[in-house]
Amino acid sequence: MKKRADLPAPLRSLLAFVFWVGIWWIISAIVGKEVLIPSPPVVVLHLFGLLKTSDFYLSVGMSVLRITAGFAAAVLTGIITGVISAVSKTADALLSPLFSVIKATPVASFIILALVWINKELIPVFISALMVLPVIHGNVKEGIKSTDVQLLEMAKIFGFTKKQKLYRIYLPSVTPYLTAGIKTCLGLAWKAGVASEVLCFAAYSIGNKLYQSKVYLETADMFAWTVTVIAISIIIEKLLMSLVGIKQKKKRYDQNKKPEKVV
Amino acid sequence: MIKIKNLKKSFDKNVIFNGFDLCLPDTGTYYINGPSGSGKTTLMRIISGLDTEYEGTVEHSGKISYVFQENRLIPSLTAYENVFEVCHKKEKTLYLLKEVGLENDIDKYPAELSGGMNRRVAIARALAYDHDILLLDEPFTALDDDIKNSVIKLIKETEKDRLVLLVSHDESEAEALGCISVPF
Repeated sequence: MKKRADLPAPLRSLLAFVFWVGIWWIISAIVGKEVLIPSPPVVVLHLFGLLKTSDFYLSVGMSVLRITAGFAAAVLTGIITGVISAVSKTADALLSPLFSVIKATPVASFIILALVWINKELIPVFISALMVLPVIHGNVKEGIKSTDVQLLEMAKIFGFTKKQKLYRIYLPSVTPYLTAGIKTCLGLAWKAGVASEVLCFAAYSIGNKLYQSKVYLETADMFAWTVTVIAISIIIEKLLMSLVGIKQKKKRYDQNKKPEKVV
Repeated sequence: MIKIKNLKKSFDKNVIFNGFDLCLPDTGTYYINGPSGSGKTTLMRIISGLDTEYEGTVEHSGKISYVFQENRLIPSLTAYENVFEVCHKKEKTLYLLKEVGLENDIDKYPAELSGGMNRRVAIARALAYDHDILLLDEPFTALDDDIKNSVIKLIKETEKDRLVLLVSHDESEAEALGCISVPF
């Protein structure tokens, strides 16, 4: 059967983008009130307006710093606790209820509790970390547990060192799980981080700007800030994924060389 | 040398070995034949130390290399790297891969190779590892006759001063390798 020609991937993405912006524009036109749903050109104009202010860069920079700090701390901690849980059943039994509670508790509860416990500037760091930690922990634990037993037996027979086992068997097994976890958590960290900024009024933050836009009924600004959050989230995800996904360059060996018989 | 005395092993109520004895010298090529499920692979696993749940005594002298029933290649490594990883000798790795007919495929990953090619990588890896005893568990599965013959020739050549224990369903493979049959 003849394969039907399809649009190239970048064109498909562009088409989807144009389609949904079109839907947004139509809804905005139907509602007819910029204060409820501003049209895309108005939001773009407001975004350009924001881009001209130093406050914008300070707020974005501080939000990125806080949320990335929380995210990085959670990834590191999640890797450590994930490894501990995979190798020790006792440690896993102790840690599992903690992570189950974190996963089941609404993020708003944690934000309100954190307002009582810690400095408000650190709340977005804490909340982002809290959302990311259980996912990374679970994925790393699962990745280690799913390591191919047959390969581990092979490693035992051929006297692999601990370093060889780590780099050749465990890491390739864990990497897809960790990558999937990181990808899932980036969005999670951003959403929870910005939500906590809104509730804790963190100085110089996207959340705070969103809140102010709501207070002064600047819906177009609110949309512009939301577009900024989405754009930063996508940029960070692409950056991180390209870092994780860089394939090891294939080592080149001299195939033309005819080695002497050495066995 | 492999020395097994009064080996007893069972899976649940299924008795696999009940007082099995075996004594093999330091060199020579031996062959175990038996129906499916008779415990041939289990015996190989016990000798290699991968299975330690048994009664009796199992001793061997020297290092063991093993061609498993499955290829057990590391998917993230190329054919070259899979072999190099066990010996860390470039010349030896290239020589063995050439001898098994994979000199043009050394940079390919297991997923890019056919079943027979992966089998040859697994054999090359076992030969590359510094060993005194070679365990071969159905090593020639998925190999064409021509390739099988050249691999058998290679094993005969490289293992002449070592102990080789073969498990196979195909008696002609054992004959080609010049194996002495072991009562099983």
